[in-house]
Amino acid sequence: MKEQLEKIKVLAKQELDSCTEIKALDELRIRFLGKKGELTAILKQMGKLSAEERPVIGQLANKVRADIEEALGSKLAALKADAQAARLKEETIDITLPGKTAPLGKFHPLTKVENEIREIFMGMGFEIADGPEIDDDYHVFEALNLPPDHPARDTQDTFYIEGTDETNLLRTQTSSVQVHVMETQKPPIRIISPGRVFRSDAVDATHSPLFHQIEGLVVDKGIKMSDLKGTLEMLMKKLYGNDCKLRFRPHHFPFTEPSCEVDISCFNCGGCGCSMCKDEGYIELLGAGMVHPKVLENCGIDSTVYSGFAFGMGLERMVMGRYSINDLRLLYENDVRFLEQF
Amino acid sequence: MNLSMKWLADYVDIDVPIKDYCHALTMSGSKVEGYDVEGKEISNVIVGKILSVVPHENSDHLVVCQVEVGKEAPIQIVTGASNVNAGDIVPVAMDGSTLPGGIKIKKGKLRGVESNGMLCSLGELGLDKRDFPYAIEDGIFIMQEDCEIGQDIKSAIGLNDTSVEFEITSNRPDCLSVIGLARETAATYNKSLNVRSPEFKGVEGNINDLLKVDIHNAEKCPRYCAGIVKNVKIEPSPRWMRERLRASGIRPINNFVDITNYVMLEYGQPMHAFDLRYVEGAHINVRNAVKGEKIMTLDGVERELSDDMLVIADEKKPVAVAGVMGGEYSGIMDDTTTVVFESAYFEPSQVRRTSKKLKLKSDASSRYEKGVDPLISLICLKRAFQLVEELGAGEVLNTVIDCDHSEYTASSVEFDPAWINDFLGTNISEADMTDYLNRLGFVIENGMVIAPSFRVDIECKADIAEEVARIYGYNKIPSTDFRGVAKAEFTEEQKFIRTLRNTAVSLGGYEIATYSFVSPKYFDKIKLPADSRLRKAVKIVNPLGEDTSVMRTSTIPSMLDILSFNYNNRNEKACLFEISKEYIPVEEKRSYQGDDAFLANNGKPRHEYEYQLPDEPQRLTIGMYGGNADFYTLKGMIEQIFAELNIDGVEYVRANDCEVFDEKYALHPGRSAVILKDGKHLGIMGEVHPEVQDNYELGVKTYVAKLNIPELMETANDEITYRPLPKFPATTRDLSLIVDDEVPVAELEKAIRGAVGKILEKVTLFDVYKGKQIEDGKKSVSYSIFMRSHEGTLTDEQADNAVKKALKALANIGAELRG
Repeated sequence: MKEQLEKIKVLAKQELDSCTEIKALDELRIRFLGKKGELTAILKQMGKLSAEERPVIGQLANKVRADIEEALGSKLAALKADAQAARLKEETIDITLPGKTAPLGKFHPLTKVENEIREIFMGMGFEIADGPEIDDDYHVFEALNLPPDHPARDTQDTFYIEGTDETNLLRTQTSSVQVHVMETQKPPIRIISPGRVFRSDAVDATHSPLFHQIEGLVVDKGIKMSDLKGTLEMLMKKLYGNDCKLRFRPHHFPFTEPSCEVDISCFNCGGCGCSMCKDEGYIELLGAGMVHPKVLENCGIDSTVYSGFAFGMGLERMVMGRYSINDLRLLYENDVRFLEQF
Repeated sequence: MNLSMKWLADYVDIDVPIKDYCHALTMSGSKVEGYDVEGKEISNVIVGKILSVVPHENSDHLVVCQVEVGKEAPIQIVTGASNVNAGDIVPVAMDGSTLPGGIKIKKGKLRGVESNGMLCSLGELGLDKRDFPYAIEDGIFIMQEDCEIGQDIKSAIGLNDTSVEFEITSNRPDCLSVIGLARETAATYNKSLNVRSPEFKGVEGNINDLLKVDIHNAEKCPRYCAGIVKNVKIEPSPRWMRERLRASGIRPINNFVDITNYVMLEYGQPMHAFDLRYVEGAHINVRNAVKGEKIMTLDGVERELSDDMLVIADEKKPVAVAGVMGGEYSGIMDDTTTVVFESAYFEPSQVRRTSKKLKLKSDASSRYEKGVDPLISLICLKRAFQLVEELGAGEVLNTVIDCDHSEYTASSVEFDPAWINDFLGTNISEADMTDYLNRLGFVIENGMVIAPSFRVDIECKADIAEEVARIYGYNKIPSTDFRGVAKAEFTEEQKFIRTLRNTAVSLGGYEIATYSFVSPKYFDKIKLPADSRLRKAVKIVNPLGEDTSVMRTSTIPSMLDILSFNYNNRNEKACLFEISKEYIPVEEKRSYQGDDAFLANNGKPRHEYEYQLPDEPQRLTIGMYGGNADFYTLKGMIEQIFAELNIDGVEYVRANDCEVFDEKYALHPGRSAVILKDGKHLGIMGEVHPEVQDNYELGVKTYVAKLNIPELMETANDEITYRPLPKFPATTRDLSLIVDDEVPVAELEKAIRGAVGKILEKVTLFDVYKGKQIEDGKKSVSYSIFMRSHEGTLTDEQADNAVKKALKALANIGAELRG
């Protein structure tokens, strides 16, 4: 019997070695270890053995069973692994084929930059104020210290509305929102107001009769010109990085005093002078100043108690600088090949 | 204002590189736009003397000259000019020289004869006869200047000035003058300013014997000074004066006209000179024009005046529009013998209104309307006479008329260094502030800053702060963070629009930006009927052109324009959206909306105020063509937007049946819908009418929608409550129905919903079929009905009962189970 057991063990091993399919492996299990299998058949003869032989053979038989089971187990694992590997190989695809996309929309570049600026100012505690685009002379000019016959009115070519005797007009500046806000809110005031403005400029690469401004206004006790500088520097560093430099130049706006124009170090050359900045090293960015006491008074705010600063910047110019767009018309043509780039 | 650097040197001693100068003045408040170095294109052109002129052996129109150019040997030059003679002094462009226009001169042979350069005409040097009146236009420039042979031509003819172009803001008319800019220069560099008071000798004579002046409107003309020059000699002014005028951008004309311009440029005071012969009655009247009175101004245009305009008139007629322009026939002529000089002060807004009304601007009006120095009239008259004597242009009468009704009081403001430092955020010493202000001509007396008469812009402490700040240096002011607590949050509307925009982008929309003004042609282009309310638009009085002349009453044409632009640029598909305004005229006047709040805040009434501004409602406009665009793609996009806004139970009705949106005329009547919710009109959508498609040159089916943002906002529901996830399984039944084609599927769905009741989870349409096996005029519609109870698993019986009820309800509207 001992020989028979050894023989089964060898046979099983041989069969297993030559087995290549999981299904055939099951058949082998039944053939050797099943109820009617070869090992069982041998064990059935155990009764014939002597009392001394029985435990020895029994032990041997158990060992053979365990060996065959183990061999079956490891063969199964090996075959499974082979099968898995074959499947994975077969399922290999060309990963360079294009993806299946869902449509992806795009924000207009004006919106993108405006949103960025809104977020920066929200973080600094500024609220966003809106005002009418068709407004009246009082809010756009007179309350802003531009009385009728003021020569500075010439610098803003205004579109007037028919049938209103030049009372109603398309606002030439978002500064009109300053007046609306100060008329209805008490200081402290901290707002920005992005929006459309209109000037009678013929369309070319840098002009458009409609463009966007972002107005800012802060009114409180003890607001200083140095606060204006600090605020604008923080904005520009957040927008354009810590390396950008600002330059404040004296200027004149009727609604601020002192007034300034603010230049930013050239995006292209960083300040050493190039063709983009006409060798200046700086590019004009925005106008700003301390709110003129007359403007505060016109809006019912006591200028001996409160002071404030205001600024206004052209959104188009910032967008063009940001994305190196060389022609403003692209922003209003809305060609999808342009829009998809942002 | 163009400033001659040579002229500037008369008043302030400054020697810095031009770039540094431009930067320094810009930073102290006089913005430099650029500068121009005269003759910068001319190089290696020198003064030469013609030694001999002989005919060219191979040509009958060329001559060969030997020219002395200050070198060892004379050089030979061939020229075609006929006006050169031995002994003439001429400009010689040497071999390798450059001339204006990028011209380069090289030596060469002309018909076999060597020529080592070129003799130049005025034109070739970039000049004309006004610069050198004695020269001829079409020939070599035969120089009568005091110069040396071999000298560089630019220094020989004074073509070596630098002109700096300043952008002067409207508050600083004093800087529209050489002295004004010299003062700024001196203040910037802390140098002294050397201005001398002008003096003239004059000849004996009483002006009152020759001229009478009456001011009839002293409010508009507080001061009028006049003087007389007899025995005048009209001739070109001397070279130095012509050079300075040229560098300042003004053409020299003759000595008298040049003197008036020279004084205006120097002091900023406009001057006027006219011929006494044409002053009838030798009587000048400064008066209002008579309505309908006419004058031919110097520019040759006859202008009709109105009675709110001020004129300088003689006893019969106006000879000048005060402060704006002189009359054509009273100006200086070649045969003028006696000249009247005027130097006056006119009230700024008077000049501005007249100039605007006549649409006539001049160097004089642009200075007067901003405000000239009210104390300078007589000084400038004297300066003009000083120049007349210096030029030997005539005999000045030693008496003048000075009609002075002005009541000038200097503007003064409290000097408050502590306040200034507080306001600027600086720590500038009082002494430094005083120094800066003194440099600019301010005087500090008894705690007050007294503004000089030429500073018409000084009114308040903030003005003084600016003067201090700009001389101190804006860039030296520190940068600080301001204190104070602030809350910042978006308004409901801003949040809503942000959601809307984000959703439109997430659904594949490309955002566009279009003009608010459009062409009135769009009314016809979108087939609006003649009486459509959308035709009543806000119109612009002075548009750039018809295309931008009305404020849009609908955003759809703007969208169609952009779709058309993209289609015609061969972009095969587009899905666009815009959030923007329409402008709807409002009939009634309203009192200003902020009034109550304003009064509550301020407690003091503002002036009475009514307004009549249009409404500016916001719209979400969507447009698409190409790709998979069809009615249902657009509708699907809108449904997704509603899903995001938590708006459900929306109805789609045929656009034709609705009176609210006149854009329906632009849409296909069978493929357009108005979107309703609880009676609110949320928007309109559909396929663009084929005719409109043609009008916009769209060769492809195009779809547009417009959603009204205020109505959407009222309808949207931002209250979201979590619904527990189901514990029990759902039961599904599919139904295929046969129904008349005209029955909208919305009715089938409504019937199913009503019948199944509470256990209905959702009902999904999965097929609509017409054709084979289906009777004509009918369609097959298939639904999946999902049912679920939150109390337990539904039994088959419960589900079947529900379906039976549904079938009964469906039968009532003619839908039967498909056999």
